[in-house]
Amino acid sequence: MTENSNRMVTIYVMGKKHTVPADLTIMKAMEYAGHQFKRGAGCRGGFCGACATIYRKKGSYKLQGALACQKMVEDGMYIAQIPFSPAEKKSYNLDDLKPDASTFLEQYPEIARCLACNTCTKACPQDLQVMDIVQAALRGDITTTAKLSFDCLSCGLCAVRCPAEIVPYNIGQLARRMYSKYIVGPTEHVEQRVKEVEDGKFDEELNKLKAIDKPSLKKLYDTRDMEA
Amino acid sequence: MNIAYYPGCTLKTTAKEFDISTKAAAKALGINLVELSRWNCCGTVHALAKDDVMHHLAPLRNLLRVEEAQQSGIVDEKKVVALCAMCYNTLKRSNQAFNADADKAGKVRESMNNEANVYSGQVEVEHLLETLRTQGWDKVQARVKKPLKGLKVAPYYGCLLLRPRGIGVDNADNPRIFEDLLVSLGAEVVDFGYKQKCCGSYNTVHMVDVVADLSNRILSQAQAAGADVVATACPLCEYNLGNRQIEVTKKYPKFYSIPIVYFTQLMALAFGLGEDETALGMNKPDPRPLLREKGLI
Repeated sequence: MTENSNRMVTIYVMGKKHTVPADLTIMKAMEYAGHQFKRGAGCRGGFCGACATIYRKKGSYKLQGALACQKMVEDGMYIAQIPFSPAEKKSYNLDDLKPDASTFLEQYPEIARCLACNTCTKACPQDLQVMDIVQAALRGDITTTAKLSFDCLSCGLCAVRCPAEIVPYNIGQLARRMYSKYIVGPTEHVEQRVKEVEDGKFDEELNKLKAIDKPSLKKLYDTRDMEA
Repeated sequence: MNIAYYPGCTLKTTAKEFDISTKAAAKALGINLVELSRWNCCGTVHALAKDDVMHHLAPLRNLLRVEEAQQSGIVDEKKVVALCAMCYNTLKRSNQAFNADADKAGKVRESMNNEANVYSGQVEVEHLLETLRTQGWDKVQARVKKPLKGLKVAPYYGCLLLRPRGIGVDNADNPRIFEDLLVSLGAEVVDFGYKQKCCGSYNTVHMVDVVADLSNRILSQAQAAGADVVATACPLCEYNLGNRQIEVTKKYPKFYSIPIVYFTQLMALAFGLGEDETALGMNKPDPRPLLREKGLI
């Protein structure tokens, strides 16, 4: 227990006041206050992008974005969850796409409305240069679009803040797909692994798991190797 | 000398030949154009509404990038060179609006408050034609290895390079900057009455008919005056006068095709650079048969 652990702060969850320990993340603080997450929570490790949250600090006009599982609460913080952003997502066949600017504009013509206001960048909890991602797509620079958006979690905060109603995370995803297919091309290790799967290298192990009873499976899951 | 270069979206997509030939021609003259490492759309059209701050953010953010490049020593001056007439016009007009209206400048600064630096308003926006004029036409002439002898070129200015006064690169009624360049390249300048007329601009998206009318008028005038080729400094003009010749021919069966090229392509050609750098294979219609006929390639 740290020295700070007894310190309490006041937060407002969707307008309702709660007093919570100061050393909790937004997600844990909300659970402490009695909320139960059915949507808007996933990996709890800052990787999945499910817990998008907007907040405003006491005395500030700035509306900021965060992942609830990563951001620590602060005294006087106003919090609202954005568990889902209703965005249009195109379905396309990657084989039919041309790797240039026209593809971005055909799939997502609204990117031409970008005003370079940078509101998306301000909203990003991953500190990505979101506006530069959209702008690189506009001029057909697939490599830059893919690289700048590599750490995107598709949390949706940029999309709900954009005054031009652009969905930057879909642009990044399209770019990364075209980058992999048309610019980098297939990599040797992936092709090798696909061949191993097809040759049945993992069949025995999978069949073993399929046949196992539920309590043993649970035990295996609980004692599995995990990344630190 | 290292000068900040703002290419704009079109020079990276449908007008790549403008970008390629510009960098090659400038390099041949010892002008090192350094493309900004971060840039966004110019804003496309300058906001004319007085209370519109939002539309100034795009152009002014680019000018802030120029200032940052100068401060970190990547370029020598607080100056940026643009090629596309639309980019040039938008960047320069927005800069002027920012400097003329302290209230507006304050609002713009507040809206860009997540930037590491604050834009001072001191960046100078220049068109490459102006850069060349300032250096002196003799410098251009001295670099010419293959004069464009016998090539009759009609310079087409369009709207945004000349208007409004105080923004344009030359006198809007009687410009000569384009003519001066062509003369230094050894070409024969063809004057024609429609060189400052509008090409139809963005009507090309939804009123192709209007653009076909205008292109027909402009190009027929240039041809009547004896032009072999029309030179332009604007990707949208190039598109409307070049690619749209298909629509012109449909509507006006008597019309016959004429190549449209960027002035930087003519520079690269006269400087004796190869096709990789003149990028003359990328224009529509193809100017190479004519240039071969003239013995220039």
